[in-house]
Amino acid sequence: MSTNGYLLEVRHVSQIYHSGSRRFVALQDVNLAVREGEFLCLLGPSGCGKSTLLRIITGLQRPTEGIVLYRGQPLQGVNPKATIVFQTFALFPWLTVIENVEVALKARGVHPKLRTARALDLLDRVGLDGFELAYPRELSGGMRQKVGFARAMAVEPELLCLDEPFSALDVLSAEALRGELLELWTEGKIPTRAILMVTHNIEEAVFMADRIVVMEKNPGRVVAEMTVDLPHPRQRRSPEFLERVDRVYGLLAGETQPEYVELGAAPGEPGRIRALPPITLNDLAGLLEHVAEMPGHRHDLYRLAEELRVDSDHLLQLTEVAELLGFATIGKGDIILTPLGETFAEASILARKEIFATRIRRLPIFRWLLSMLSVAEGRRLKWDIVLRALELEFPPAEAEKQLETIVNWGRYAEVIAYDDATETIFLE
Amino acid sequence: MLIPSFRGKISRGRQIRGNDGKICAMRPYPQNRPVNSGTPKAPPFLRRVLTFRTEQPYHRGFSRGDAAVLLIVAVLIYGGIRLALRAPETVEGPAISLSPSALPYYTFRSVGRMAAAYALSLLFTLVYGRLAAYNRHAERILLPLLDVLQSVPILSFLPVVLLSLSAILPERIAAELASIVLIFTSQVWNMTFAWYQSLTTIPKELQEASAIFRFNTWLRFKVLELPFAAISLLWNSMMSWAGGWFFLMAAEIFTVGERDFRLPGLGAFLQEAANQGDTRAILWGIGTLVLVIVALDQLVWRPLLAWADRFKLEMVEGENPPTSWFYDLLRNSRLLGWFSEKIWQPLNERVDAWLIGRAAMPEAAEGKTGRPYLLYALGIAFGLGLAYGGFRAAMMLFTMPPEQWGEIGLGILATFLRVSASLLIALAWTIPAGVIIGTNRRAATILQPIVQIVASVPATALFPVLLLVIVGLPGGLDFAAILLMLMGTQWYLLFNIIAGASAIPQDLKYTSALIGLSRWERWRTLILPSLFPYIITGSITASGGAWNASIVAEHVEFGGRTLYTTGIGALISRATAAGDYPLLLAATLTMILTVVLINRTFWRRLYRLAEEKYRME
Repeated sequence: MSTNGYLLEVRHVSQIYHSGSRRFVALQDVNLAVREGEFLCLLGPSGCGKSTLLRIITGLQRPTEGIVLYRGQPLQGVNPKATIVFQTFALFPWLTVIENVEVALKARGVHPKLRTARALDLLDRVGLDGFELAYPRELSGGMRQKVGFARAMAVEPELLCLDEPFSALDVLSAEALRGELLELWTEGKIPTRAILMVTHNIEEAVFMADRIVVMEKNPGRVVAEMTVDLPHPRQRRSPEFLERVDRVYGLLAGETQPEYVELGAAPGEPGRIRALPPITLNDLAGLLEHVAEMPGHRHDLYRLAEELRVDSDHLLQLTEVAELLGFATIGKGDIILTPLGETFAEASILARKEIFATRIRRLPIFRWLLSMLSVAEGRRLKWDIVLRALELEFPPAEAEKQLETIVNWGRYAEVIAYDDATETIFLE
Repeated sequence: MLIPSFRGKISRGRQIRGNDGKICAMRPYPQNRPVNSGTPKAPPFLRRVLTFRTEQPYHRGFSRGDAAVLLIVAVLIYGGIRLALRAPETVEGPAISLSPSALPYYTFRSVGRMAAAYALSLLFTLVYGRLAAYNRHAERILLPLLDVLQSVPILSFLPVVLLSLSAILPERIAAELASIVLIFTSQVWNMTFAWYQSLTTIPKELQEASAIFRFNTWLRFKVLELPFAAISLLWNSMMSWAGGWFFLMAAEIFTVGERDFRLPGLGAFLQEAANQGDTRAILWGIGTLVLVIVALDQLVWRPLLAWADRFKLEMVEGENPPTSWFYDLLRNSRLLGWFSEKIWQPLNERVDAWLIGRAAMPEAAEGKTGRPYLLYALGIAFGLGLAYGGFRAAMMLFTMPPEQWGEIGLGILATFLRVSASLLIALAWTIPAGVIIGTNRRAATILQPIVQIVASVPATALFPVLLLVIVGLPGGLDFAAILLMLMGTQWYLLFNIIAGASAIPQDLKYTSALIGLSRWERWRTLILPSLFPYIITGSITASGGAWNASIVAEHVEFGGRTLYTTGIGALISRATAAGDYPLLLAATLTMILTVVLINRTFWRRLYRLAEEKYRME
């Protein structure tokens, strides 16, 4: 089989979960190829299945459908040429720094002396000399992730997979580590042939990757692709850089659709149900107030992320809600307040609640719950019963999140109330 | 380990209720976590109890699995009784010397039995837990079995085990083996449960790291599974040893009628001393026992705890890591350093190299399905055998005269009342005492060593001694039995309540003082609700202990006299003495069923309430 110059190919991969009689599509027909020498980013909101895709690519998980080709060969079991740097580091807390690196070599049967020498060399290269005998808990997050990188590089992987490696770090260490990784990579100091990074951070993707694959959720799928042809090191403030960021925002935030498309279907009805992003309404109010102060009540999404100091994932969830409730429209990476959104931003707390109440009553999922409640005995329903009903539409964990969000919003708008002692939801 | 309880378990996480109401996962929570900010630091010995929690799976009532498991237990007992029919009529006990110079030998024998049983438990744990955790077919049978077995009063097995073994083996060996089997059955379940729960709660990213770095089964066991489970296993081992002493003493001094199943050991020494009214020997015996337990605690468990601190999962330095002077001593010893460097590490490296070359890679990705056919065939064969055994057991029960069922009912009722009384008495004094100790650091510093030493003596060892005193009291054994049960129940309650009281957040205490709550209101709104989960946890263990104690407390051979009272424990002992096997079977089964039922219908509900409503988190 020819390799077409691709190191890795993902062909028609789908991941489908079954829960009871329902099936949930986590990944839908994903196609992807990684060339040698490429730094590829999988970018998407949380829940779009990008981490699942990474696990499928490394062979940790088998896809329901489709195949993964590595150097033209179908992958069977864990890919011995690939390794992962984990978001949560995945260091063994009971092993010292050097033992954590050495154990990866030990598993491959490397002789003890060689093992120690190589581990020491790697730790040296990532700047951890002097910390060999420390335990991971004695290190800062950034240093822990350095151990993660050293461990991953110890096995000299051809394909280095990074699963949101910087998102658990503080801003400064994340930035430092990004630079160090890029230096190792661009100067060819590591034998790695390709890097595949999963992230939800748009700027990070534009900063590091040669190519960005944009994914969407419900169902998880690839929606767009973009090459970033800027030379390293990239300048975050440069107009070219910002232009790329703006474009990715545009891709991810999409365009506001006609209302019936935005709202989606109610549970039990045909059609796709719109999942509510798990955000709190105070944050939404903060966003709207901020945009309201802008000239023309419109603003670039990427600027907003910086000004509000929220990460892009959270910001996109907020804008999605603003869109869903009719407070704003999104287009070309910009957010524009609607007259309703302007009113909301200027209203008092009580007035906001009222606006909010009328708006969420229009959401199909709320309509569905309210109509169930109004016919229920005593106009109240057990939490568990509503949850079971939602589990027909969402995977169990997601159903619980949805219900929590519904109750949160409903409580804020004083549309529904929840009694924790009896675990019942009832109409106000 | 100085906590005298025998059905406690520690886990490193909290349960999450699955859709089917069964335990499905444990959410790991960090050990030694600060109980709540603003809480005064509990003294070291309390912190051990703080991380301690009895696991009660969230079953609702009875399931089919339970019924199957009870049937298995019934058939096992029936099998034992069939064997026991051939047990010798009289069994000679060994001559027990009361000279203090005999004590080292007796101690050696007792500790040897414990160690043998523990080794057996550990082996069983590692195999059974792994099977249950990694094989979904096995899990469906193994887990309910574990769940019922751990709530059964083990001591009610003692007569059956002793009799059946003495039918097929020479008496000495039979008694020796019976004691080991009994200790094993008292030690093993919580350890197995802990191991199983650890295996099923290993964080996903660590599992993935092990897979992506291609650990084989051995490396996975050594680097991931064992370290992750270490603290939980260690705690449970300590609990198991404490429980083991209780059962060892009972097994060493079990005497019914013409059958004298004593074993040379500390328990037998104490009984003989009490029989002869030899106060000096009693003091020697108790002194030795306490010494042994304290020595084990100081020289084995505490060093292990201090060492195992490295295996905690959380990524912050603990504020008060467990310490041990002996561990520090060992760590600084040159000889050991030499041993570690020259022998242990090279050996370790060899073993690793050998096993990494050989042992297979675990199957990657999804859980393997395996070949269920063989399992099905085995299952069917097993089921048929079980049905036959169940049938024969039922036949044996039918041969029993109906009035004896009345006796059993009466016995259960009497023992139940006694258990309840002992629990109430224990609660009545441990709640106030526990709150005083738990909220008052000075009291804790003074009382802690005393409580620990007193509590360290297994109740069963003290029975003969206590009998000396209380047999003459009005009410005789009827009430004396309650006192004996109390010995087995109160300490665990006390420890739990102390832990609960010291976990009450300081800010809540200030608040209740600031808003001027009266003493009664403070108890009602703050102290009792905070204590509730701890009281329930303690009570579950305490009542389990009391049921166990009834076997040895309601029927005693003492100074050539036989004393007994109405109760299920007495009935079991009498049936053993008289060779009334149907009665023995019926009484044992009834007792097991009763205890399991009480657990399921009463304790578990309270436990769930405590978990859901009164948790301080």
